[in-house]
Order: sequence, then structure tokens, then C-alpha cells
Amino acid sequence: MMSDEQQSLPSHVQIDEQPLQRQQLFHPRANTVAKVSIIGGLLAVALAFFLWGVYTRSPYYTGATVTVDQPVPFSHKHHVGELGIDCRMCHTSVEQSASAGMPATQTCMTCHSQIWANSPVLAPVHESFRSGVPIAWNRVYELPGYVYFNHSIHVQKGIGCVSCHGQIDEMPLTAKAVPLTMQWCLNCHRAPEKYIRPRDEVFNTRWVAQDQLTQGRKLVDDYHIVAGGRLTNCSICHR
Amino acid sequence: MLNVRLRAYKRPHRGAVVGGFWVIFALAVLVGCGPNMQRQPRYQPYDASQFFPDGTSSRPLEADTVSRENLHTDTLRYTGKINGKLADTFPLPVTRDLLTRGHERYGIYCAPCHGPLGDGNGVIVQRGFSQPPSFHTDTLRNAPAGLFFDVITNGYGLMYPYAARVQPDDRWAIAAYIRALQLSQHATLHDVPPDQQPKLQEAQP
Ligand code: HEC
Ligand code: HEC
Ligand code: HEC
Ligand code: HEC
Ligand code: HEC
Ligand code: HEC
Repeated sequence: MMSDEQQSLPSHVQIDEQPLQRQQLFHPRANTVAKVSIIGGLLAVALAFFLWGVYTRSPYYTGATVTVDQPVPFSHKHHVGELGIDCRMCHTSVEQSASAGMPATQTCMTCHSQIWANSPVLAPVHESFRSGVPIAWNRVYELPGYVYFNHSIHVQKGIGCVSCHGQIDEMPLTAKAVPLTMQWCLNCHRAPEKYIRPRDEVFNTRWVAQDQLTQGRKLVDDYHIVAGGRLTNCSICHR
Repeated sequence: MLNVRLRAYKRPHRGAVVGGFWVIFALAVLVGCGPNMQRQPRYQPYDASQFFPDGTSSRPLEADTVSRENLHTDTLRYTGKINGKLADTFPLPVTRDLLTRGHERYGIYCAPCHGPLGDGNGVIVQRGFSQPPSFHTDTLRNAPAGLFFDVITNGYGLMYPYAARVQPDDRWAIAAYIRALQLSQHATLHDVPPDQQPKLQEAQP
């Protein structure tokens, strides 16, 4: 066997004996093509990164300004904007805990046992009250599991609900008002004085500052907010 | 000739081979970057659950258990009653802070129906809810403070209980504030400090 193969070698050699010209596979123009495709390739990669950046900041990706369908068409415009009900009537735990708290069905029933009691829009509420199975609201704001967030600290330090949830008192259906990206959090953690307000105005959706920066700097002092980069430490939000 | 041919074929640089391997490896690993860290296998508040029959991960207290902070041995403070009768004293000192707290809580939980003045004409009543009695009737003025605590805790007639939303000490704060409201709507000239009385008399038309 081995000897057979060795014997076939000479024929191989013969096939390879070809004029050098034939081995010139590429036309001279290929040099330009090569250069263009290298630069073009780099540009394409850069463009891809750029488009990815645009895409991940777009409302389409972050969900900002997109309304979410709900089992009951609950309207903050109606309850907060027109009736003037305080957030804490329904989001009870927002001052003490990480989660703002979602209203129990019983909370709706304190008023809707009589108001619009027979309306079909409220049928799921009455059904839930009878059966004890909670209404499954679809989430509007949701951070990934690796981000730590806490409402109570923000409320205690004078960050108003509207700074993060937008003009919710004008929303017939709740929509995400902000992108909720890391950049967005950091934007305020770097300069809270641009957004801070007096503690008793946190729940007021109509409050406007007279002179935000002057007042803001004073409040940052009064509320002992430690500036100077502590709030942008990775471990503040990724613990 | 065979040798020439073999040399003509330039083997790729070793670094390039290793580099190429890492690029392909990195791309392969990227495929594994799913949203696993985004939704971690633990419950966050209000998450739905497929494990529990009622479909929610928030669990009620087990029967016959009491959490440590809910071991309420002080019956006045947690039921508003002494020996089963509504009490007319406060278990907490009635301070300015308590009244301020009561004012705030009253505004959140009671004013929509009872009105900011306690006259029973809040915005929800204007939209069709049954009108509650005014706090400024003789019956409610003479009622023991424990009644307000009890009504918030257990509800009363058409009014649902607010125990889930108003913590016991806040219920006392609201009761104290309602007492202040009642005084304010039923004050006479003699309730005003003597040195201030002439001012009021002047102001009267
Ligand atoms: C009468 C009860 C009620 C009041 C008062 C109320 N809310 Fe809500 N809120 C709800 C209900 C029910 C939902 C769930 C349905 C939805 O998303 O619209 C909700 C949802 C939300 C959400 C979105 C939660 C998510 O899914 O991520 C935010 C943010 C919010 N409320 C903020 C506020 C703020 C700020 C105020 C006060 C200015 C307020 N709410 C007052 C009942 C209420
Ligand atoms: C403090 C009282 C109060 C509470 C608590 C309350 N509502 Fe209402 N709601 C009202 C009133 C009053 C109206 C009617 C307003 C009107 O007639 O203009 C209303 C109207 C509605 C409507 C009618 C549709 C609309 O907006 O026009 C829906 C749906 C509704 N509420 C859902 C809910 C749900 C769900 C909850 C519980 C999370 C809830 N409400 C809690 C007072 C309340
Ligand atoms: C600093 C920004 C910020 C402020 C201020 C803020 N929120 Fe939120 N809120 C968030 C974020 C972020 C989430 C999503 C939390 C998550 O996914 O864990 C959220 C979620 C919620 C939810 C859904 C339930 C939950 O807790 O996950 C409600 C309801 C809510 N906020 C109400 C309020 C109310 C009422 C206020 C004003 C007292 C308020 N928020 C102030 C950022 C904020
Ligand atoms: C509008 C301003 C604002 C925005 C937006 C904001 N924060 Fe904050 N945050 C603050 C302020 C002010 C404090 C209080 C700092 C202090 O106590 O010194 C704070 C504190 C915190 C703390 C507690 C820090 C500690 O001392 O341990 C966490 C965690 C946090 N923020 C997370 C977030 C996350 C996550 C987001 C984005 C989803 C966010 N914040 C968006 C203003 C903001
Ligand atoms: C103020 C809060 C905050 C601080 C401080 C913070 N992050 Fe984040 N980070 C977030 C939030 C919110 C997200 C989620 C963004 C999203 O879902 O788009 C995030 C996401 C990330 C991600 C995942 C990005 C992705 O696209 O999946 C990485 C990696 C990360 N952070 C690293 C860091 C590092 C490193 C630091 C310190 C230099 C840091 N973070 C500091 C809030 C914070
Ligand atoms: C949704 C509307 C509503 C809200 C909110 C509400 N109440 Fe009432 N309340 C009523 C109605 C209606 C009655 C009359 C009930 C009846 O006669 O069946 C009532 C009755 C009362 C009474 C009179 C009991 C008696 O013996 O006559 C007291 C005291 C009272 N409420 C206190 C409160 C306090 C304190 C709060 C706040 C924590 C509150 N209510 C919140 C509707 C409400």
C-alpha cells in the first residue's frame, strides 16, 4: 500500500508543473477592491454600533411613551388629575419600602362598591373581589433583575413621582414616561439638584420650581445628599 | 518541484490562527447571552406565580401565626378599646407632630369622602357615593376617640375598613386630627387665648 502511494507521487509533481503566470490569481485591480472592502467593512461595523445605540435608546426598544393595555382601563387622569386622589391612597407602601405597592382589589371597592358599580368596565374588579384572585395588571415600569431600586429613599430625599413617572395625572392609560436606562438614572445621580423638590411636594403632580438650581442646591444640603460621585458607584444600583 | 509548491503556500501566521479562534469563540459565547440575568429565578414584589393556586407570589400569613411586630398586647393601642369598651383616651401623647401626621393621613385616606373639613361632602360624594355623616354633629363630637380608631380598623356600614392601608399609630393620629377638626368647627370666643380675643372681635363685622 505504502509503496503504491509513493509510486504515484511523480505524477503529482507533473501536474503541478505549470507556467508561473497561471498562478497569478488576482487581477491588479483586486488591490483597490481589497482596500475598499477593508475600509467599507470597518465603516459597516461602526454603522452597526451606531444603529444599535440609536435602537437601544429608541422608544421602540425602551418602551418609553408606549401605553400598556390593562385588564381594566384604569385612568390616572380621572382619579388623580380630576378627582385629586393622593398616590398613597392606592400605592400605599411607596414611603416605607422598595416597592411602591399596587392597590388591592379591596382598595378599588372602597369607592366602586357604589360608584359605577354596575358598569361592565369594572366587571373584572367585582369578579376579583368575589373570587379573591387578584387583578393581573401588566407592568409598565420594570427594571432588570440585576438592578436594585428603592422608592422610599427617593421619596424621603425629595424626588417627586413626576420626575420619574412623568405627568401621570394626564394619562388616560399609563405609559412609560422615561427610558429607564442606566444613563437615565445616572443623569440624576450626577446632579440631583436639577430635579429635587421640597419633601412635601413629592406627591404633587403640578408643582413647578421657581428657581430650581438655587433651591435644589439648598435642598441637597438640607437633605444631606452626599454628592461627589458616591451616587454613581456601581454598587449603589448593582448590589 | 513538489517542494517549491509547498513553500509557495504560505502557512498563516500562528497569531492569526489563535486570534481567529478567539473571535469565533467570542461569537459563540455571545449566543449564550440570553436575558437570564434580566429575569432571575426569584420572585420580585407582585410577580405572578405558577406554584401557588391563587397565582400570586405574595403570600398571606399562615393560619395561627403572628409575626413578631404584630404581637399586639397593648389592647388600647391596637383595638381602641379598654375592657371591650371604646376608650376615650389616646395611647400616644397627642403632640403637634401627631396632629401634623394626622392631618396628612386624613387628607390622603378620608378627605375624598368626608371632605377636608369633615362635613361629609368630599369629591367622591359629589360623584355619587353615599354621604357620610358630618363629624360636627353632637353624636360624633361626644363619641369616644376609640370610635374613630375602630371605624378605620373595621369599617362602618357602607364604609369599608382601612386597616390594610392605615397603620395603627396613624389611625390614632387621624383620630386626634378629627378631634382638632371638631374643635375648630365648634369653637367659641372663649377658646381663644384672652390676649387674642379683642383682635377677633374687631374683625367681626
Ligand atoms: C385610585 C388608585 C390609584 C391612585 C390614586 C394612583 N394610582 Fe398609580 N396605579 C393604579 C393602578 C390600578 C395601576 C395599574 C394600572 C396601570 O398601570 O395603569 C397603577 C399604576 C401605576 C404606575 C405604573 C406601575 C407599573 O406597572 O410599572 C405608576 C408609575 C403609578 N401608578 C404612579 C402613580 C402616581 C405617581 C400616583 C399619584 C400621582 C398614582 N399612581 C395614583 C392606581 C392608582
Ligand atoms: C377614592 C375613590 C376611588 C377609588 C379608590 C377608585 N376609584 Fe375608580 N373612580 C372613582 C370615581 C369617583 C369615578 C367616576 C368619576 C366620574 O364619574 O367622573 C371612577 C371611575 C373609574 C372608572 C371608569 C372609567 C373612567 O375612568 O372613566 C374605572 C374603570 C375605574 N374608576 C377603575 C378603578 C380601579 C381599577 C380602581 C382600583 C385600583 C379604582 N377605580 C379605585 C373613584 C375611585
Ligand atoms: C427615582 C425615580 C422614581 C421615583 C421618584 C418614583 N418612582 Fe416609581 N418606579 C421607578 C422605577 C425605576 C420603577 C420600576 C421598579 C422595578 O422594576 O423594580 C417604579 C415602579 C413603580 C410602580 C410599580 C410597582 C413597583 O414598585 O415596582 C409604582 C406603582 C410606582 N413606581 C409609583 C410611584 C409613586 C407613587 C411615586 C411617588 C411617590 C414614585 N413611583 C416615585 C422609579 C421611580
Ligand atoms: C430624579 C433624580 C433621580 C433619579 C432619576 C434616580 N435617582 Fe436614585 N437617588 C436619587 C437621590 C436624590 C438619592 C438619595 C441620595 C442620598 O441619600 O444621598 C438616590 C438614591 C438612590 C439609591 C440609594 C443609595 C444609597 O444610599 O444606598 C439607589 C439604590 C438608587 N437611588 C437607585 C436608582 C436607580 C436604579 C435609578 C434608575 C432606575 C435611580 N436611582 C434614578 C435621585 C435619583
Ligand atoms: C444609578 C444606578 C446605576 C449605577 C450607579 C450603575 N448602574 Fe449599571 N445599570 C443601571 C440600570 C438601571 C441598568 C439597566 C439598563 C437597561 O435595562 O437598559 C444597568 C445596566 C447595566 C449593565 C447591563 C447593560 C446591558 O445593556 O445589559 C451593565 C454591564 C452595568 N449596568 C454596569 C455598570 C457599571 C460598571 C457601573 C459603575 C460604573 C454601573 N453599572 C453603575 C443602573 C445603574
Ligand atoms: C369611600 C368614602 C369614604 C372614605 C374614604 C372614608 N369614609 Fe368614613 N364613612 C363613609 C360613609 C359612606 C359613612 C357612613 C356609613 C353608614 O352610615 O353606613 C362613613 C362613616 C364614618 C364615620 C361615622 C361612624 C358613625 O358611628 O357614625 C366615621 C367616624 C368615619 N366614617 C371615619 C372615617 C375616617 C377616619 C376615614 C379615613 C381613614 C374615612 N372615614 C374614610 C365613607 C367614607
